[in-house]
This record gives sequence, C-alpha cells and structure tokens, in this order.
Amino acid sequence: METAKLEFLRGTLDALILKALVWGPLHGYAITNLIRRQSDDALLLEEGTLYPALWRLESKGLLEAEWGLSNNNRKAKFYRLTPDGRRQLRREVATWEAYAAAVAKVLEATQPPLAEEIR
Amino acid sequence: MKPPTPVWRRYDRLLGPDPFADVKDELRFHLEAKIDDLVAQGWRPKAARQEAERQLGDIRALQQIGASIGEQMERRKRLKDCWSDLRQDVRYALRTLGRDPGFAAVSIVILALAIGANVAVFSVVNTLLLRPLPFPDSHQLVWIAPPPTDCGFSCATYSADAYEEFRAQSRAYQDVSGYEAFTTPDNLRLTGRGEPEPATSIEVIGNFFQVLGVQPFMGRLFTPDEARGGPHPVAVLSDAYWRRQFNADPAIVGKAIDLNGTPVTVVGVLPAAFDFGAVFSPGLKVDLFTPLDLNYERNWGNIVTLFGRLKPGVTVAQARDDANRVAPHLYQNVKYPQTLGRYKGDLIPVPLKDYVTGKLRRSLIALWCAVGVILLIAGVNLSNLLLARAAARAKEFAVRGALGASRGRTVRQLLAESLVLSGAGAVAGLGLALLLIRWLAHQGSVALPLLGTLHIDGAALGWTILIAVFTTILFGLVPGLRTGGSSLQEALKDSGPGAGLGRRHERVRATLVVSEVALACVLLVSAGLLLRSFLKVLDVNLGFQPDHAASIMVDYDDSAPTDDASAAKRAVIFQQILTRVTALPGVEAAGMTDYLPLGPNREWDTPVPQGQQGKVFAPGELPDPLVYVVTPGFVRAMGIRLRGRDFTWADTLHSERVVLINASAARIYWPGEDAVGKVLMRGKEADRVVGVVDDVHEENVEGPVGSQIYYPVTQQGPSGAQLVIRTSLPPAALAGSVLRALRELNPKQPAAEFRPIQTLVNRANSPRRFFMLLVAAFAGLGLLLAALGIYGVISYSVTRKTQEIGVRMALGASPARVRLEVILNTLRLAVVGLVAGTAASLVSARLIASLLFGTSPWDPTAYAGMALLLVAVALISGYIPARRASGIDPMTALRSQ
Repeated sequence: METAKLEFLRGTLDALILKALVWGPLHGYAITNLIRRQSDDALLLEEGTLYPALWRLESKGLLEAEWGLSNNNRKAKFYRLTPDGRRQLRREVATWEAYAAAVAKVLEATQPPLAEEIR
Repeated sequence: MKPPTPVWRRYDRLLGPDPFADVKDELRFHLEAKIDDLVAQGWRPKAARQEAERQLGDIRALQQIGASIGEQMERRKRLKDCWSDLRQDVRYALRTLGRDPGFAAVSIVILALAIGANVAVFSVVNTLLLRPLPFPDSHQLVWIAPPPTDCGFSCATYSADAYEEFRAQSRAYQDVSGYEAFTTPDNLRLTGRGEPEPATSIEVIGNFFQVLGVQPFMGRLFTPDEARGGPHPVAVLSDAYWRRQFNADPAIVGKAIDLNGTPVTVVGVLPAAFDFGAVFSPGLKVDLFTPLDLNYERNWGNIVTLFGRLKPGVTVAQARDDANRVAPHLYQNVKYPQTLGRYKGDLIPVPLKDYVTGKLRRSLIALWCAVGVILLIAGVNLSNLLLARAAARAKEFAVRGALGASRGRTVRQLLAESLVLSGAGAVAGLGLALLLIRWLAHQGSVALPLLGTLHIDGAALGWTILIAVFTTILFGLVPGLRTGGSSLQEALKDSGPGAGLGRRHERVRATLVVSEVALACVLLVSAGLLLRSFLKVLDVNLGFQPDHAASIMVDYDDSAPTDDASAAKRAVIFQQILTRVTALPGVEAAGMTDYLPLGPNREWDTPVPQGQQGKVFAPGELPDPLVYVVTPGFVRAMGIRLRGRDFTWADTLHSERVVLINASAARIYWPGEDAVGKVLMRGKEADRVVGVVDDVHEENVEGPVGSQIYYPVTQQGPSGAQLVIRTSLPPAALAGSVLRALRELNPKQPAAEFRPIQTLVNRANSPRRFFMLLVAAFAGLGLLLAALGIYGVISYSVTRKTQEIGVRMALGASPARVRLEVILNTLRLAVVGLVAGTAASLVSARLIASLLFGTSPWDPTAYAGMALLLVAVALISGYIPARRASGIDPMTALRSQ
C-alpha cells in the first residue's frame, strides 16, 4: 500500500513538472513557485524530490537543459520540454483524467449498485 | 522567453563536462533564490538560509544522485557522438567506393580470397592440432605402442594375455582398452534384406567405449558378460550405418540382424559425433562394433592395439615409467614361459592426440604459414591500391585539410574506407571458407584424421574478425599516414601526376611490389619443392603394378572339422573361383590374398634359417616378417616380380611346406647367397623357400620396406580373401561381370566394392597430394596477386608519364623503344623481388625440408622453375601497360595537360 502510494505520487510529480514547462523554459526554483501559485498554495512540492525528478526526466530525453541567467542575473539551469516530453505530458494528463473521473464516480455515488451486479 | 546564453558559459566547461559541478551550481542557485524570497518576506538572512536548507533536505545525497545521473548521460552522449561520427565516415566511405566500383571489387575479391584461405586453413589446423580430441577429458587418453621407429602400425599390437596382464599390473590407468587391429573393409555381409550387402565391423574390447567416454545415442553398450563371448552375439551400430542401412529405425535396438548368416542382436546405436575411422584409422568407415572375445583370441598372437585412460593427475612420463616397470613381466602367451619379456621396451604410452595428428603437425604448420604469407601479399596489394588512390585523391585531402579537417580525421576517414573493404572481404571470405570446408569435410578419399569433423566454429569466426581488423589497421594506416603527413601546400600546388608527391608515392609502391614478388617467390619455391617430392613419390617402385589391377573382397566358407579338410575345401573353392574369373573376357591373371599392400597387415613369428637354430641372435637381428597367405597366381595378378617358382595347387598339407620371401628378407637370412631352395625353420616346422619376390611397400609409399613372407592358402589358413585380377581393360569395366561370376558360385557373396588397386596407392599418397595441392593453390594465388601488383604500379607510372612519353615520341622515340623501356622497368621490379625472394626461400625451404621426399631443399629445378614462371608473369603484366604506352598519340598527350 505504501509503495503504491509512492508510485502514484511520483507519476503525479512528473506530470506536474511537464505541465509547468508547457509555457516555456524554467529553472527548478521557478517550477516550485509556479506549481504553488497555480494550485493556489494547495500543492507544496517537496524540494528534495523535485531535483532528482528533473534529472531523471532529462536523462530520459523528456526534458532538455541549458544554462542561462535568471531574472536577477544569476547563472541557473533552465529546463525545456522536448517533443517527447510534450507527448508524455499528453499521455499523463489523459491517464490522470481517466483516473480522477473513475475515483469521482465512486465517491459521488448516491445509491448502491444492484445486488446481482456485485455478486 | 528563451533565456540568453551568457558569455561565461562558453568557457565554463572548456576542460570537458563536469556533472558534479553542474549539480552544485544548480542547487546553489536554488538556495540563493529561496533566501532572497524569504528575506523579502521579512526573514533575517541567517534564519532564511537555515530555512532554505531545511526545505531542500539532505544536500549531499541530492548532489550524489545528480552527479551519477549526469555522468550516465554524459557517457551515453559520448557513445552517440562516436557512433554518429563512425556512421558518417562509413557512409562517406561507401559513397567514395561506389564512385570507383572497379577498385572496390578488385580489393574485395583479393581480401575475400586471402581471408577465405586463412579461415579455411585455420579451421583445419584448429580441428587437427588445436582442438582436443572429441572425447571427454581427452588429455587423459594415451596410445600404447612400441617406439614408432621400430615399425609401423603392424607391430603395434599385443596378445590377449599381454593385454590382461598389463591392465592388471599397471597403476597409471583408470582403465585400458583396445580393438582388434586386423580388420579389413567389407569384412562382413549383411543378409536377410534382399541382396547380401557388405559391411565393415570391428571387434573391440568390452570396455572400449567406456574408456573413450562415448555414451550410446540409443540402447546400451556391451555388458561384461557379452564382452566375454556371451551366449548371444551382439553389436552396436555406428550412427551413419544406422541411418544409411536401417533408415534411422527408432526401434532398431533389440532387433536381430543377419551377419554372415548368424543373427546378431543390435543392443545400441552410437552418437553421430563418434567416428572411429576419423580418429584411429583415417578413411575407414566402420559400420558396426562387436565385442572381442579375448578367450577365443588367446592363442592368436598379437591381435589388439592398446590405449588407456590415465588416472587424474598422472602424467604421460609417469605412465611411461610404469609401463617400463610392467613390460618385462608380460608373457605373450602365459602357457609358454619362453614368451616372458617379449614386450620389453615395447609399451610406450604417448598422448592419443599425438598419435592421431602428430605426424601432420609440420605439414599443417607449413600450410598455416603459407596462408599467412597469402594474407601478407594480399595486404600489401591492397595497400598499394589504396596508395594509388590516395595519390589521385591528394588534392581532395588537401582541400579537406584546408577547410579544417584534422590529420586524425583524415586518417580516420581512410581507415573507415579500408574497414568497409575488409568487412566486405571478411564476409565474402567467410562464405568462401564455408564452401571450402564443406568440400574438404567430404573428401573421404583423403586419408587424414578428423577431416570429417571439420566445421566453422566460434574460434574460426573470431579468427576471421581478428584477420579483418588486422588487415584494416595495417593496410589502411600505411597510406593514411603517408597522405596525412604530406604538406598541404605541396599537395595543392601539385598540379597533377608527374610532380614531387607522385614520384615519392611511386617509390613506396615499387618497394611494396618488390616485397610482394619476394613473398610470392617463397610460396612458389615451397610449392615447387612439394610438387617435385610428390612426383618422386609417384615414381617410387612399389614392388607391384597398381595400374590395370583391381580387387574385391570374396566371401567363402571353408569350415570343416579338421585343418586338413578345411584346407582341402578352401583349395577347391578358390580354384573354382580363379578358374571362373580367369575365363572372363579381359582378365589376364587372377589370384587371392588375405591382405593387400598399403593396408593393414600382420606378422606371425620369427623364422630362422635352417642350420642356425642353435645360434643366439641379438634382439632385432632376425626380422618378424609380415605374413601374406596367397593363392597360386597372386604374384602375377599383382604384378610382383618373382624369381624361382610360384605356388601351385599341388602344394598341399601332404607335400613339402613352401614359402616365398621378399628380397629384403632374403638378404637378411642368406646375405650374398641365393635364397631359392634354402629352408626356413619356424620351431620344428621347415618351410622351403621356392621363390624370391620384389619388396612390396606394405604400409606406405614413402617409408622403407621390411621383410615379408608369403604362405600358400593350401598350407596355412588365410584370414579372409581379396580377389586380385589383372586386366587389359579399364578395371571398372569388369566390376559387373566379376561380381556376377562370384555370385553364381556363392549366392551369399555380398556386393562388395570393386576397387582398382590404384586407389590404394592414391589413398596412401592422399595426404601428400592434399598438402601439395593446397600449397600449390596458395602459390598460384600469390603469383596472381603479385602480377596484379606489378601491373598496377607499371600501369600507374605509364599514366603519370603520359606527357613525358608524348614529348619523347614527338622528338622521335619509336613505339618499340617506349615499349621496351616500360618492359625493362617491369623486369627491374621483378628481378629485385626475385633476388630478395630467393634469399628468403633458401631459409624457408630449410624449414620444410622434413616434408620433402627425395628432394633437396635447394633443388635447382624448383628454383629455376619459380624464376622462369615469375619472370614470364611479370612480362605479361608489364606488357599490357607497355602496349598502352607505345600507343600514346603525342599530340593528344601534349594537349591533355
């Protein structure tokens, strides 16, 4: 149960990172900020897990990295979606929506299923 | 939105990528940005840093994860770069070669021939010399025989008593076994399935297969009871015989087959991997194995060969000491105390592998060297071709250099080209080797051991790859370095053929051709010497006339209650057969013998000239002559010259015992006297020598001939019958009528092979012929390659000098003079190569001296022949460009530049 939960979370984290980069290249810190703001401070990324996730996505070829200057002129590593990354994002979104819809259906049910259906 | 690439970034990783530093930089930025934000929210700087670090977690662990992922990516990237560079090089090489298909085709053919020959010969060497024998723990197997100098195979046999005593007293062996040594092909007939069919069986000691470590494919091996002559005769079949004769009948085990009229139960089938002939008797196909009953054989003298499996850890030297300890205590026959010690010094174990292939070691190594030389010649040739191309492409490379291609990149490009060439050559060569090996493996008529087991295995594949890589590096690198090394300006200024670079190239190429010619010389001389030896072997006086004679195994039944009756019965049968066969049209003479020359044979005992019985002879002073039991007429049918009289049908058990001896024996028994009319004593029996015959080569064509004695079938029991006929027709034409005649007299006569006697001789000479032909083929190949090399260089120099020749012809030089000059140039190359090659041949000929027969390693004919052939070939390859040179039109030549 514990590991299943972790898998689920990591999958979600990958999807969130990919989504954050849809609007253009960002560095790691900006990604945490973007996700926090987009979710109205509801989702707080664990920073210790963000970076390994970024590197893993980069080594899989879903992200591409380049060094550049941040707004206040510090050198920072910017990540950008590759075409593969964009495709992966579409898949993750579809999976997530299907999953969420299924969970919602169960949770929002107002009456029990017919007796012969669950036998 | 893309952030600008800052200037520092260009220099930041100047010394190569550093994933660890990258991770550190990235995390530092994160912390600094976070601290800034926290300070802006009103945190104090120190508290802000603590908070930021707390949120990030274990920084060191993070850094490690990052660095390892980064390094992995870096490695992958480098590999990808390398691949894409290589792909680019290969693609470019393919395009370049495609533009010059003639060059590519010639190079690939040259390489394919050289690599094919190398792989094929390597497979042979690997099978015969390098690979262990096809038995488990085969290093433990030893062959036990007298020292090979004493005598050949015929006397490498022991009596049943000696075997049992030796086995019991020796401590070095896990077990000792052996087989009956005097088997002849087609010694049985299989009946009950239509016409009687000949079959070859061999009797083996009960533990034969267990000692070798051979497991039956089906059924079982012999039980100890069966090995002692159990109540029911049994046999195991060879895989080939089971498939051929019994259609691979899966239910054969337990069935009875009819051999010589006796039902014999098949108890097992041997695996396909076990080939008795391939190991113990090259060229012999054994169909089935029966247990040897030692008790039955006890009074038959020396009949079994011996081999043993050493105990783990026992060395061959220890086994030898052990055998020397045991040998003096062995009796030939325990019933006769005087036979004690007969085998002293005659039991010497040698590794079985040495016995099987040891004789071939030198030939094989010579062959291996020959193909190595071929590879060298091919490589030099290729190098030469590449160099000629490099000269033509000097400008292309200069331009690439001027555009920034490094020297390394240029060399790599050239290497890629030769890699493509040698890759294609290796694939084609492997195909060629496959064909060659398949052909060799089916040369049943070549009496070489293990030949049937030839195949291309992993080692051969590895060898191909090794050779391909070797040729690539060697022959791609030489021209590559030369091209890469020349100066840019020189090449760019070099406006065409005729200038400095071209001239320098030509010198290198001439040197290469000279070395090619020299190497070809070495091969030609070796081939010449081997050919001369082979011709000498064919000239050997065999003591009989093999042409116009043929033999067939004859089935007969002389069983009778007494020796006397049996001999009489035999005489009648044989006389009938001979009368009948001699009456056939085309048959000039006919006779029978139990053993043919150049095959297995045996000896009985040590006769002593009459009147010298009391004398004490030094060991080895009196020979143990080889024994042949023959009919009247045999010596004439075989074409053996006879002085005195032949046997007649009147020589019976009731008349005086008579023998024929050969000239060697006569010289030993009665030196300086006429042996005809003298008497030989075997114990109490007296045999009168009625005739002296020529020495017949009994074991091989090349070795010396020992003593031989012939007994009449009417006075001694033969161990089989081979009918020999002499005819004026081609022997094959008589096969049908002879077999028909034999069948009419004896319906049980199997359809045995009707073999021209010449095939016996050819078979005996086949290993020499085999090696001679291979070396000759390689020499021919070397010569062809050398000719190609000469042609290439001369042709190129003519092209280069077109303008010069044009000028000279315009000034009045005649075409004949131009032609002569080109030919003289060619001859100069050939002669320099010839001189160097002759010097090298004098050395190499010494190395193959032991393979020669009756030929000196300095045989002038071989050297002169080589020189003539080489000069002739050089002239031909120089004449073609010479004609082209003399055909140059001065006007065109002058205008063309």
